[in-house]
Amino acid sequence: MAVSRREFLQGGAAAAALILSGKKAEAGGADGSQMRTKGLKSSTTICPFCAVGCGLVVHTKNGKIVNIEGDTQHPINQGALCSKGSALFQVANNERRLQKVMYRAPGSDKFEEKSWDWALERIAQKMKETRDKSFKAKEINKKDNKEYVVNRTEGMAFLGGAGLDNEECYLWSKFARSMGVANLEHQARI
Amino acid sequence: MTNHWIDLRNADAILAIGCNPAENHPISMKWIEAAMDQGGKLIAVDPRFTRTASKADHYAQIRPGTDIAFLGGMINFALQNNMIHEEYVREYTNASFIVNEKFDFNEGLFCSFDDQEKTYDPKAWAYAVDGAGNPKRDKSMKDPRCVYQLLKKHYSRYTVDMVCNITGTKKEDYIAVAKAFCSTGRADKAGTILYAMGITQSTHGTQNVRATAMLQMLLGNIGIAGGGVNALRGESNVQGSSDYGLLFHLLPGYLKSPEFDNVDLKAYLEKWTPKTKDAKSANWWGNTPKYTVSLLKAWYGDNATKENGFCYDYLPKRSGNYSFVKLMEKMGKGELAGLVCMGQNPAVGGPDSLKTREALGKLDWLVTVDLWETETSIFWKRPGVNPKDIKTEVFMLPAASSVEKEGSISNSGRWAQWRYKAAEPVGEAKSDLWIINQFAKRMKKAYEKGGAFPEPITKLSWNYGQGEEPEVHMVAKEINGYFTKDMTIVDKDKTLEFKAGDQVPMFKYLQDDGSTVSGCWIYCGSYTKDGNQMARRDLADPTGLGMYPKWSWCWPVNRRIIYNRASVNPDGVPFNPKRVVITWDALEKKWKGDVPDGPWPPMNDAKEGKYPFIMVPEGHGRLYALDMKDGPFPEHYEPVESPAKNLLSKTQTNPAVKIPANMTSDTAKFPFVGTTYRMTEHWQAGAMTRSLPWLVELVPTMFVEISQTLARAKGINNGDMVKVTTERGSIEAKALVTSRLKPFNVQGKEIEQVGLPWHFGYAGLATGDSGNVLTPSVGCANTSIPEFKAFLCNIEKGGKRA
Repeated sequence: MAVSRREFLQGGAAAAALILSGKKAEAGGADGSQMRTKGLKSSTTICPFCAVGCGLVVHTKNGKIVNIEGDTQHPINQGALCSKGSALFQVANNERRLQKVMYRAPGSDKFEEKSWDWALERIAQKMKETRDKSFKAKEINKKDNKEYVVNRTEGMAFLGGAGLDNEECYLWSKFARSMGVANLEHQARI
Repeated sequence: MTNHWIDLRNADAILAIGCNPAENHPISMKWIEAAMDQGGKLIAVDPRFTRTASKADHYAQIRPGTDIAFLGGMINFALQNNMIHEEYVREYTNASFIVNEKFDFNEGLFCSFDDQEKTYDPKAWAYAVDGAGNPKRDKSMKDPRCVYQLLKKHYSRYTVDMVCNITGTKKEDYIAVAKAFCSTGRADKAGTILYAMGITQSTHGTQNVRATAMLQMLLGNIGIAGGGVNALRGESNVQGSSDYGLLFHLLPGYLKSPEFDNVDLKAYLEKWTPKTKDAKSANWWGNTPKYTVSLLKAWYGDNATKENGFCYDYLPKRSGNYSFVKLMEKMGKGELAGLVCMGQNPAVGGPDSLKTREALGKLDWLVTVDLWETETSIFWKRPGVNPKDIKTEVFMLPAASSVEKEGSISNSGRWAQWRYKAAEPVGEAKSDLWIINQFAKRMKKAYEKGGAFPEPITKLSWNYGQGEEPEVHMVAKEINGYFTKDMTIVDKDKTLEFKAGDQVPMFKYLQDDGSTVSGCWIYCGSYTKDGNQMARRDLADPTGLGMYPKWSWCWPVNRRIIYNRASVNPDGVPFNPKRVVITWDALEKKWKGDVPDGPWPPMNDAKEGKYPFIMVPEGHGRLYALDMKDGPFPEHYEPVESPAKNLLSKTQTNPAVKIPANMTSDTAKFPFVGTTYRMTEHWQAGAMTRSLPWLVELVPTMFVEISQTLARAKGINNGDMVKVTTERGSIEAKALVTSRLKPFNVQGKEIEQVGLPWHFGYAGLATGDSGNVLTPSVGCANTSIPEFKAFLCNIEKGGKRA
């Protein structure tokens, strides 16, 4: 049974006639016939939901994602996907996705649209104020009554990372510690 | 995972305890079923008859939070029935090690407990040492003070009758499970243990995990194909985010974040570099100085010199516990001004969420970086509050999705796989990489003008190209690491020449003198002169075991099964000739197969042989632990909120856990055991699924699952609205009455359970009350992971919240 299903999936991939190199998005090769897939570009990705690490193929046309399906060449999922993985297309194409920077002033009952530059400058100002105010260069330890250099801020916390890429996690870690943030935590703790 | 997903097909028995792969890791079932097609047995141990249980050869029902009793009983079963892998236990674990005379255990308490502080002094549990300073051993394992005898004595109390009285498991089911799994104690059989949050989310979660590892070591199941202790991780890159040290106690690569009394680099390295006097022990963490200095060079570049301790002073030093639950406590007291959430949604994901939502209102500022509105980003307009009363300034930043950026993620099997950008981010959304880069650059600029101790920021090495988007390949190359000067390295019979700027090929070449950079030592080898190894797509499978060594790249050093030196006997001959992970070629004097856990010859080689468990200084797997906060052996305690008395000792709950105020064991008020769980159609705190119409159509609303007997007793019909209450709060939801839930027979009483998904909240397309309104914020003694899986609740017909 497993074999026939796999053959079926591989057959489906053949019909799509897209050869995957796993490199950057590139035009499909063998689409001689006038199929709906003609002119599509494809690239590979890994599912953003659980940590099985299933492979998917993303098809784009004119820069827009038009289809996402299981990667039949991927050794773990061999083209198969669960209901969440199958729905990745709706993460990419979804009217509820945030498209703008939004800001809510203290006490306000609504969000207002802001520019990236405005928001990032204000956040930087808030981070700096908080760090400057709460920065602890030294502290007396209660147990031995000695003074220690601690160089940390406890005035803010940074949370998250399980949905970020490795390279993003690394820079987040590097940035957080350079700021002296002791309160650095993510989903693995809960 | 010690092993990886495809390797599940190599198992003769698969024990899924505290996890539900068919529901939460559905594609893993492909490989579980492949094992079953070849006669492998699937065993499901869970409070609920899950989708995994429905596929299993054996199912055992277990009361939430009693895993140590269950697993301790299996340890006892294996020992009493002579089912252990004796050679493996004697040679590769610390079973033969002698424990010092002071060690003692009485009525649920190990020796050296401080009742005031609720802490142990683990020094009291040390091995007895010989004149040379090495642990004393008795390889006959007959000495009454050896670990094997102490272990046997400890778990002799965990008889089948005792265990089943605690766990509520039917005796015949328990015996069937114990027999089926312990039968893999033979050299030619493999058993794997799969676990997830059912094991970790407990006040004794770390000891739950240890119990699985101990059982696996006794059965000789670590290091082999089809074996291992395999955590089924729930988020696509929660492995990577842990690897990169996004936890208060860690730096990248599981180096420890400095403590206040690690006053300089020397003191830090002295504290965290383990030592051994045994030449046969590889003691891999002995390399800590190389990895630490290479990290500091990655962070502070040319500013990091030997003279200034490689800028060690710039790192923050911790004093105490900054874990998630503690942070929320501090936030609730108004002690935090700011919070940045990078794709995390604490208003739904954390325990006792009503408290968390209130605490968010004590912040001066909040930044959320997400694809969606989340319960956290709109907490100020949540049902029941007046936005005017909430002074928090909120910045909601739109993030790119996974197909709108490029980079790698690491799956549960440690495979780092590269993803490509298929399209531009929607609207004005930006990648997290871009956003972090903006934060860093703007802070650098601000601190150029002065501020509190600006140097850690102004001197931070931050060079990721001139483009608008930081160059992700430059980040990946820094993580791998490179040489800072021309180097000649002699490695056995090879002389290797490197130029300044060359990528370091693997972490054994990292240095402690500043001549190498590496942002995360365990990823050294992922991006070399041969290019980005994480992007590989070669399907070659030379061992035939499904390791696919040229598909992506896995840490460490592309080793697909860790501790694989334990898959061979001390002469390097595979225990199981049918599933050869590695084998020693005595003629060529090298290992063949998977990348071995170190290049040295087999353990019996008099000159260069090493023990297989290279990450502990004694080189032997720890059946008896030296550094746990709550004892060297896992011992059963009840969850903090429990309907039962501890039958095994007078110590009711984990003595090393301090219990917060809003917890109760009042079973008159809260007679049922509550437990939370996940489902295929939704994901974690729900933001990523509750706005996708296809998934919302599949599961549109919050529900509460109860048994037919409880439904009858309470007059509840399927689909009725019900109210569930705990000491923390109450929620309403639709009742789902199923035969998947059954009451437990606990010490002669029938105890009902209430099952709750925790994916819902008030934001998104599909909304519903959050299961975590009910859960307690008491955590594991070692990790502080909250006890989401076992608490006391009540359920009533009718939907009004309290």
